[in-house]
Amino acid sequence: MSAEQSGSSTAVETPASGVMERFSYDDRIVRQFILATLVWGFVALLLGVFIASQLADWRLNFGISWLTFGRMRPLHTNAAVFAFAGNGIFAGIYYSMQRLLKTRMYSDLLSKIHFWGWQAIIVSAAITLPLGFTIGKEYAELEWPISIAITVIWVVFAVNFFQTIFKRRERHIYVAIWFYIATVITVALLHIINTIQVPVSLWKSYPIYAGVQDALVQWWYGHNAVAFVLTTPFLGLMYYFLPKAAEKPVYSYRLSIIHFWSLVFIYIWAGPHHLLYTALPDWAQTLGMVFSIMLWAPSWGGMINGLLTLRGAWHRVRTEPILKFFVAGLTFYGMATFEGPLLSIKSVSGIAHYTDWIIAHVHGGTLGWNGFIIFAMVYWMVPRLWKTELYSVRLANVHFWTGFLGTLVYIISMWVAGITQGLMWRAVDGTGRLVYPDFLETVLKIVPLYYVRAIGGGLYLVGFVIMLYNIYKTVRSAPADLKDDVVSAPRLTRNTIENLGKTPHRMLEGLPVVFSVLTLVAVGVGTMIEIVPTFLAADYVEANPLLKPYTGLQLHGRDLYVREGCYLCHSQMIRPIPSETLRYGEYSRAQESMYDRPFQWGSKRTGPDLARVGGKYPDLWHYRHMMDPREVSPGSIMPAYPWMYRDKTDFAIIQKKLKVMKSLGVPYTEVEVRFAEQQAREEAKLIADQLVAQGAPKGTEEKEIIALIAYLQRMGQDFKKGLIQ
Amino acid sequence: MSIIYVLLPIALFLGFGFLALFIRMSADGQYEDLETPAYRILIDDEKITSENQLEKGSIHVS
Repeated sequence: MSAEQSGSSTAVETPASGVMERFSYDDRIVRQFILATLVWGFVALLLGVFIASQLADWRLNFGISWLTFGRMRPLHTNAAVFAFAGNGIFAGIYYSMQRLLKTRMYSDLLSKIHFWGWQAIIVSAAITLPLGFTIGKEYAELEWPISIAITVIWVVFAVNFFQTIFKRRERHIYVAIWFYIATVITVALLHIINTIQVPVSLWKSYPIYAGVQDALVQWWYGHNAVAFVLTTPFLGLMYYFLPKAAEKPVYSYRLSIIHFWSLVFIYIWAGPHHLLYTALPDWAQTLGMVFSIMLWAPSWGGMINGLLTLRGAWHRVRTEPILKFFVAGLTFYGMATFEGPLLSIKSVSGIAHYTDWIIAHVHGGTLGWNGFIIFAMVYWMVPRLWKTELYSVRLANVHFWTGFLGTLVYIISMWVAGITQGLMWRAVDGTGRLVYPDFLETVLKIVPLYYVRAIGGGLYLVGFVIMLYNIYKTVRSAPADLKDDVVSAPRLTRNTIENLGKTPHRMLEGLPVVFSVLTLVAVGVGTMIEIVPTFLAADYVEANPLLKPYTGLQLHGRDLYVREGCYLCHSQMIRPIPSETLRYGEYSRAQESMYDRPFQWGSKRTGPDLARVGGKYPDLWHYRHMMDPREVSPGSIMPAYPWMYRDKTDFAIIQKKLKVMKSLGVPYTEVEVRFAEQQAREEAKLIADQLVAQGAPKGTEEKEIIALIAYLQRMGQDFKKGLIQ
Repeated sequence: MSIIYVLLPIALFLGFGFLALFIRMSADGQYEDLETPAYRILIDDEKITSENQLEKGSIHVS
């Protein structure tokens, strides 16, 4: 901490300018966040290229558990969203908010805790996700101890953030700050509500929601994670860094205000568009669809405002890579937010959902919009923060064109793949039969495009590495002494912030930080414990006494299914669309997943839907299939799971699992819980014996594969037995 | 679908919370001037160096 921070001395009032105060900005924390952005960006992109290549060639799974697609994919998405974009957002916010509010951050210590805490969370994610510790809900995979850590660190950030606003020297809160405020508040709520879990052990927990409830909460979270992590903060950053880079005021400040308030008002409702044609009630689907279409207007308001800010500066776009990144980024934003509402229309979703079209859509947003805005910001900030010149403008231009080309190759290949496969799934001939009854045929058709996509992602990575080199050389040329600049601004005086002195704002400021942090954490944790009974009181789906919950072994097998990330390639939701019921059987009912914690409806079908796979094949088929999918399904691109034939089932934990489930309202009897382990062992023995009779080797009853088979064979059975109408 | 009873209040809280915040900020004068803020952010802070630091009456804070 520097001397400037030690604080107060006497105030001298001069009539003209009020009290002038001298202070400095904390640029060190910004530099740290930028470096973290670069490091994690590289990791996220490398993982992306790796898993893209795994889809092109299954052998790249290497038969190693922690390198398999199902475990690497959550690591890729978490790294991209929370590590790369997350650190980028923090860097931009810490840089711009201090300058916009004319004040240093409230507390350097809180900034440091925020920085190191966030990096520790990322590292713990990078360790636990490959080990298979996962909640099993997309973008919310991190198990409960890490989830709580995220809450704590976010609260630290929020306290630092709001206290900085309270001690600002600029009365007007610029639009960028409004976008940041929306982000800080909403992300906290989304995260806490979606990850209320009941722990079974240190690295295993069950959500308090089940089935359709869990689905609704998850996509309410999932969609708004896109809204409030990948959209609002980036729009805020755009509103600061684009005018600065273009040296032009924003085209219409009025429009920025209007589109901000309408965006935050509408976004929160759009989540159910991820669940169109599922067992979610129709009215909720329609609500999600309508609000998604309404989002078109505020989204384009932002894009237009950004692009028109460049009026009179377009000639500079030709030579300045920073402006190029902004222009392309905003254009990709416009494309993605045009495509989003389009995909939310039920009939379009009917074709696009579960296909690679969605993958194209998100990567248009993440690579094109989030990535490019971060690159523009980094190129703009680094020379200023390290007090030097950018090493090479030419290399930055090369980066732009490589990244741009990479993004286009990526999204175009996935558009083609998605639409091709979506149409193949639906193709029905004149006699009412599926034209492509074999799912695998529709996969093999698009495998060449998976190679193209991997090349696109690879190009983007190459561009990124060029930037790393450029930034490295730039930083190397920095002076040794990077002391924070001292600046001066008048203190806010009468009729400004002093007026708020008697309002709750000032009182809040008086509260010690530690107290605020602890209170909010207590709220988070308290919610976790207290809210449970409230949820259990009400039934969300009509009770059906005929329906039996999973047996202990099946439940354990289901957890293995979650652990391996099967849901990332297989859905468990048959939509009421004729071609789909022809392929998979009767459409899925809400009751069928009423005991599912977490729900596993899925969002992508790289493999076929599994909602009714139970009983479709003999046990031996599954046994051979998981060992080597190509043995029973020639040409399959699914990874093999050899470790499930080596690793033993943890029978001891099953009783604990049943106990937790029972506490959540699942109707297990006392006897079932008491003899859980014994029953599970007996069930496993039965399956293993049948397998031997069918020709499998002996001595498999204690292996994980048996538990998985027990679960796979249970799927859809309630419906087949007529227990559900 | 009882989860609706939780999500709906939160969604309403967020939606109308932002609406209320907007109304309050409008009444508070945040949006009276929609021209200057766009220009103001373009002005860089003047750095205080050893030559110009003797500004009269200025004080040092964090």
